[in-house]
Amino acid sequence: MSELINTMSMQIPAKSENESFARAVVAAFCVGINPTIDEISDIKTAVSEAVTNCVVHAYQKRQSKNDLITIDCKLYSDMLEVKISDHGVGIPDIKKAMEPFYTTEPDNERSGMGFTVMQSFMDTISVNNQDGGGTVVTMQKVFTKENKQVSGE
Amino acid sequence: MEVLTRTHRNVLYISLNGELDEKTAEYTRLALEQTMFNEKVNQIVIDLANLSFMDSTGIGVLLGRYKKMKDHGVPIYIANPSAQAERIFQMTGLYKIMPKIKGAIL
Repeated sequence: MSELINTMSMQIPAKSENESFARAVVAAFCVGINPTIDEISDIKTAVSEAVTNCVVHAYQKRQSKNDLITIDCKLYSDMLEVKISDHGVGIPDIKKAMEPFYTTEPDNERSGMGFTVMQSFMDTISVNNQDGGGTVVTMQKVFTKENKQVSGE
Repeated sequence: MEVLTRTHRNVLYISLNGELDEKTAEYTRLALEQTMFNEKVNQIVIDLANLSFMDSTGIGVLLGRYKKMKDHGVPIYIANPSAQAERIFQMTGLYKIMPKIKGAIL
């Protein structure tokens, strides 16, 4: 049975310069249960993709300090759950948006692979529009068994 | 992001040093454009040995450069991707149009 070890919530303005900060914070949050380098790398990549979606699509690059991204993390003994939410424009067709190479901005050199990367690098992902507007992306990463032991004092 | 270049025997070697994401994409795009359009260059090698992070925004940047250089008949090759970048390249099929080569570089 998974044991909840720690929780963390943070809110950041939807600016591209906050992407590296966001992925570094979530990665650091996991360090206590000794993830592998690959697992940390996977988490950083998936978080970066989700935050990019908020900056580019949800808030359409307005870069306003009032456009916020909320990141909620729960660290279990064998898993990370990270929820990344915004109050932007939402996604009209989530199924379509999650198709590989689908992009609403083909002229802006978008690869359309953001959700595909998230799906591939994490173990589960769910994407939902919020009632009040905006989107919530919830992802889970299961850590390999040999990392389950919590480092203690 | 730091973009370093060197030309040797008509091959343009480009080293991307740093993180390639939404924040650095535009700078990287412009820096690459400034160096790639050189009539003496007939091949381009992008060395990623010092690229510490890349997400799918980076794929968009590379694909955009590929499309432009394709029109000029100049192939682009990828060298020394990290394990993380390698997975993204494999997933997106990027190597089919920008093959990976061994060795390099600056």
